[in-house]
Amino acid sequence: MIQRSIKNEPYRPDMLDVARLRADFPVLGRRINGKPLAYLDSAASAQMPLAAIERMRRYQMEEHANVHRGVHSLSEIATAAYEDARRKVRLFLGAREDREIVFVRGATEAINLVMHGYGRAFLGAGDEIVISALEHHSNIVPWQMLCREKGATLRVIPMNDAGELLLDEYEKLFNARTKFVALAHVSNALGTVNPIADMIRTAHRHGVPILIDGAQAAPHLQVDVQELDCDFYAFSGHKVYGPTGIGALYGKAALLEKMQPYQGGGDMILNVSFEHTDYNEIPFKFEAGTPAIAAAIGLGAALDYVTAVGLPRIAAHEHQLLSYATELLTAIPEVRLIGTARAKAGVISFEVGDVHPHDVGTLLNDEGIAIRAGHHCAQPVMQCYGVAATARASFGLYNTLAEVDALAAGIHKVKKVFG
Amino acid sequence: MATARALYQELILDHNRKPRNFGVLADANRKAEGHNPVCGDHISLSLHIDNGRIENIAFQGQSCAICKASASLMTGNVKGKTVDEAETLIREFRDMATGKLDTRIQQHHLGRLSVFAGVSELPSRVKCAILPWHTLHAAFESVESATTEK
Repeated sequence: MIQRSIKNEPYRPDMLDVARLRADFPVLGRRINGKPLAYLDSAASAQMPLAAIERMRRYQMEEHANVHRGVHSLSEIATAAYEDARRKVRLFLGAREDREIVFVRGATEAINLVMHGYGRAFLGAGDEIVISALEHHSNIVPWQMLCREKGATLRVIPMNDAGELLLDEYEKLFNARTKFVALAHVSNALGTVNPIADMIRTAHRHGVPILIDGAQAAPHLQVDVQELDCDFYAFSGHKVYGPTGIGALYGKAALLEKMQPYQGGGDMILNVSFEHTDYNEIPFKFEAGTPAIAAAIGLGAALDYVTAVGLPRIAAHEHQLLSYATELLTAIPEVRLIGTARAKAGVISFEVGDVHPHDVGTLLNDEGIAIRAGHHCAQPVMQCYGVAATARASFGLYNTLAEVDALAAGIHKVKKVFG
Repeated sequence: MATARALYQELILDHNRKPRNFGVLADANRKAEGHNPVCGDHISLSLHIDNGRIENIAFQGQSCAICKASASLMTGNVKGKTVDEAETLIREFRDMATGKLDTRIQQHHLGRLSVFAGVSELPSRVKCAILPWHTLHAAFESVESATTEK
């Protein structure tokens, strides 16, 4: 049995002081349907700490102007803050240079950027793109669009019943026509952590560039893109305690430089005439138009917060929550866990008997418990398990064992209603 | 305070457990499929309509309790009614589910179907309740496919 009460434990430097950290997230104090909110949906979107909220507020109150444009002081201040946020993202991902970080709306836009900028320029008829059975729709649909346009083919790495990719099958997918690999670091629907270091090496052994969709990994795992040697890495700000509408694409400078711009407009140019346009240098070549300045700065502050708390400690805490939740839910006979990979992060997907996940979600909401119910934008994963949808609880640094207890108690209530 | 528990009444739970008119009609002359892409609900309706009257109706599919109970109660209610009478029910049910019709004070023909009134308090579930009715309307219009996303 895992030790229960976080509240009464003495502070240990290797453990999160969750009670103190929760005070940094004002929304966690509210009540839903008369019950204290148990927010178990951070994989959909994490809550933002006050430090990031206040940083965005200060920017809007004191520092706002357009970036990379004016000669006036305010524009220079805004530009410095925006570029400082880029530096923070670079440090967070362990990238070599700031110019390898492109600000985007989120992981979805990052993947679309690579599809347009790299895929449309360098893939052709008969080429093959490798993705996995675990992908979120955002790492499937852009590649399908490219395949349709170019006459290329999508190949899919299969998985076993636990939700782990079959690495032997992955290796077998490579041939002379394989031109790109796009792979989730962590599955949003199942929580599986893919062995991406090995999988990146495999791709490179075959001379194929690889994009990692890190949307679900960035909040849980320390990422070092240089050590991983991936060619692209994408993540969303709002899943790593930042605001929505901002995310980042890391790309190796040499690749970004030879890619086509994603969108045309201001900021991405050096010279424009009606005959010709010279594109700006990376990363600005990919940042047409006025960017989400406040959101980028908020993301920088959120990454500072996560770094200060410490990703290894966050991961250890979430692992404890996940183990405890797995233990409690496994003990309920009607509950079937979907996704039982050996390496998992922050997510527990489940069914309660034959009760539809939406009914589970609605009844848990009565208890103040926020979970995700649905196909998690990963319908192919659902098809693998022969279900249309699952209920999913996901954990963040602010969740407690008591909230996991509330989840288990809530599931018992669902069972009672459906008798 | 309105909570979801109030919606999950015995009538709805019973129709979810034992859906009536579940299956496919062999002699159907109208069919329609209904999808809710947001939650993956899917139902298919088959009807036998004769002289503007619904002689028989059946449904099947995969869906949440709200959607399945709504479909089950719907089929029982419209069987034997004319298409025009059923269209009135479709309109009233939709208005009730979206909060435009208060069944406690306004006139209606919904009868036991008013058990779904509480769904108007749960915006994310309104579509679950309405999907079978959308699909019924599509079947009358001979549209092969209905969706909650329009």
